[in-house]
Amino acid sequence: MTDTMRSHGAPARGPSAAAAAVTTGSANILMRLTDPPMRAVQRLIGAARMPYVFLLPNLLFFGLFVFLPIGINIVFSVTGGTGLFPSERPYVGAEHYARLLDCGSYLEAGSCREDLFWRGVGNTLTFTVFQMVAMVLFSLVTALVLNRPIRGRGFFRAVYFFPVLLSPVVVALIWKWILQRDGLLNAVLTTAGGEKILFFVDPGWAMFWAVFVSVWAHMGFYTLILLAGLQAIPRDVYEAAEMDGTRPWRVFHRITLPLLWPNLLVVLVLVLIRSVQVFDEVFVLTGGGPGTATMMVVQYIYTTAFANQVQNFGLAGAASVLLGAVLFVLTLIQLFLTRRRAS
Amino acid sequence: MKKAAWMAGCALALSILGAAGAQAETTLRIMWYSDGNEGEVMNDLLRRFEEKNKDVKVVLDQVPFKAINETLPVQLASGQGPDLARITDMGGLAPYLLDVRAHVKDAAYWEQNYGPFLQWMRVPGNTTAIPGYMTQLTVTGPFVNKTLFEQAGVAMPGANATWEDWAKAAKAVADKVQAPFPVAFDRSGHRFFGLAVSQGAQMAETGGALNPVDDGFKRAAKLVVDWHKSGVMSKELWGAVSGTAYRGANEEFKNAQVVFYESGSWQTAQFDKTIGDAFDWIAVPTPCGPANCSGMPGGAALVALKTSSHPAEVGRLLDYLASEEVASEFYARTLFVPGHIGLAKKGIAYKSASLQAASALKVFGDAVGKLDPVAYRIQGDPSSRIVFNAAISRLGQVVVGETSLDDAYQRISADVAQQIAERKKKQ
Repeated sequence: MTDTMRSHGAPARGPSAAAAAVTTGSANILMRLTDPPMRAVQRLIGAARMPYVFLLPNLLFFGLFVFLPIGINIVFSVTGGTGLFPSERPYVGAEHYARLLDCGSYLEAGSCREDLFWRGVGNTLTFTVFQMVAMVLFSLVTALVLNRPIRGRGFFRAVYFFPVLLSPVVVALIWKWILQRDGLLNAVLTTAGGEKILFFVDPGWAMFWAVFVSVWAHMGFYTLILLAGLQAIPRDVYEAAEMDGTRPWRVFHRITLPLLWPNLLVVLVLVLIRSVQVFDEVFVLTGGGPGTATMMVVQYIYTTAFANQVQNFGLAGAASVLLGAVLFVLTLIQLFLTRRRAS
Repeated sequence: MKKAAWMAGCALALSILGAAGAQAETTLRIMWYSDGNEGEVMNDLLRRFEEKNKDVKVVLDQVPFKAINETLPVQLASGQGPDLARITDMGGLAPYLLDVRAHVKDAAYWEQNYGPFLQWMRVPGNTTAIPGYMTQLTVTGPFVNKTLFEQAGVAMPGANATWEDWAKAAKAVADKVQAPFPVAFDRSGHRFFGLAVSQGAQMAETGGALNPVDDGFKRAAKLVVDWHKSGVMSKELWGAVSGTAYRGANEEFKNAQVVFYESGSWQTAQFDKTIGDAFDWIAVPTPCGPANCSGMPGGAALVALKTSSHPAEVGRLLDYLASEEVASEFYARTLFVPGHIGLAKKGIAYKSASLQAASALKVFGDAVGKLDPVAYRIQGDPSSRIVFNAAISRLGQVVVGETSLDDAYQRISADVAQQIAERKKKQ
């Protein structure tokens, strides 16, 4: 058969062609099977309503695994006790919210009734600000360098992206081994004649490494977004600037930055949302310490709901709803910026 | 052809019968954590039980201690869970424990040998339930690196020495031999109360409400904070993590970085196995405070859970494991202090223990007899874990300078009151 085809000048059929044939065949069989019931449904509800039928499976999936848990969380936030099922929990209204928001001054966590929540809020804000600045700065610089025709560019792109593929827990454990009292970094310091530094006992160092590790782990992803933006900038703009003798800094400031701005905005908002949600890496790395110096809002929620002796799902639920509201606003900002960019 | 068809038919019938037999087998699941070799020993004992009870299969699911503390309570609250579990928070989980009194052969044997500890597993007001047995009785107490004392040429404090005596001696040793941890306490409220009881902590109710922060508590808290300030204790244990997180110093002790380590009897087996002859270590009696020289009792119990669908088989298994012969073997092979009154009186022959381990177990065994009644009451109080967690969380903040001791006292009282109030809310 193959010989006959070859003799007629037909292209050789490789594995990919065979796979395509199988896929097409399967799709055809599936179409034939689903066609009669779909036609029956269309006759019943009309063609205009058919998109809803196609949306239904996904909607059910989201409803079950996203909207239902959100609803349950809200129910938990207005009920009290330690019961797990809503039917076992007495209604307490806004009691948990009032407790969380009861503060002498929002700038002084110690004046708040639920001081640990506000310490978490303060730490999350600090983390977010430093992480955003560092992430955008390092991602941008890395993207600019990787966009140049340097040797081994493909290798370096892979190297910077590799940490993104690692589990956050693995990342945190690796860095914990490096930073602990008898870790790699302290071994290097003492070998060089310095003294050991207890990174996880000093609040400043602990926050520094929390930010550093997070940037190290996720920078590759944001670098990729910025690299895509850089590669989309037309070359002729740079050529025109070069012919005019424009200095490199001015080229960056007047051409690269404005044309990259839409990608930068996306990166900024994504980093912001992720920073507010931070938990796993920091929790494994520092355990929220020293004291509560790196305890983030999500850790507070986790501790309140699961790690405390009395598992206060109501208070944790209320804190989750407040955090969810902040994330919702941030997501709206992202949508607004993305739409503006598209238009 | 006909013969082949007959043979095939017979084989099919036999396989169906076999499958039916397999379906008749009851499978029990145990959620289990290990500090040392107890999982291995328990597996051995379970295989022997299965040989004698062909209709029961027992699966030992070994999980981290964190899963017992955090995951199991949620599972139980949702009505899901294994048939049995090895737990330490007996008072907190008491509402979920299954009473197997009707399924054990001789309830009097249980009362006689496990009686005082059964009370820890019962809900307040209940005096008859038999939910399980103690896989180990623990008692808090210090381990000392004897070699470091010898190297430093510092004399070890004698019997009836106070906490302050030991702190002073340990600091002197650490300074001479450059050990980073003169005194180390596990970051655990239970261990803190080992000190607090000797300082006079009562954790009693005043005016109908639990008063966790009394004078004894304050004396102990001040000692801990002062020790951190003066370098007797390192912030790496109590200060380095937040909230209620447990942090042990067993790894540091094994690496000869700790002079005086306040932990408990359950560490003996792993020290015996891992330290070997790297250095000499001993267990010493709990130092004295103004109130007494008592540590805290505790332990782990293997308990039946209400989520089990096979209470009769669970009772049969517990009867086997809690029998004098089997329990004795378990305690001996795991180097645990027995939680069985009869065996405690007879004494356990720890054949596999080294001289150091046997000597440590003797010290801990003697310490059980010196435990203050207040320590037993605190351990059995259903709110004790709430107080332990609040204490460790807030004192951790004081240690790193985030808050003051006075503020911590207020916060501990408020945290405890709030959690107890939340627990009482019912539909």
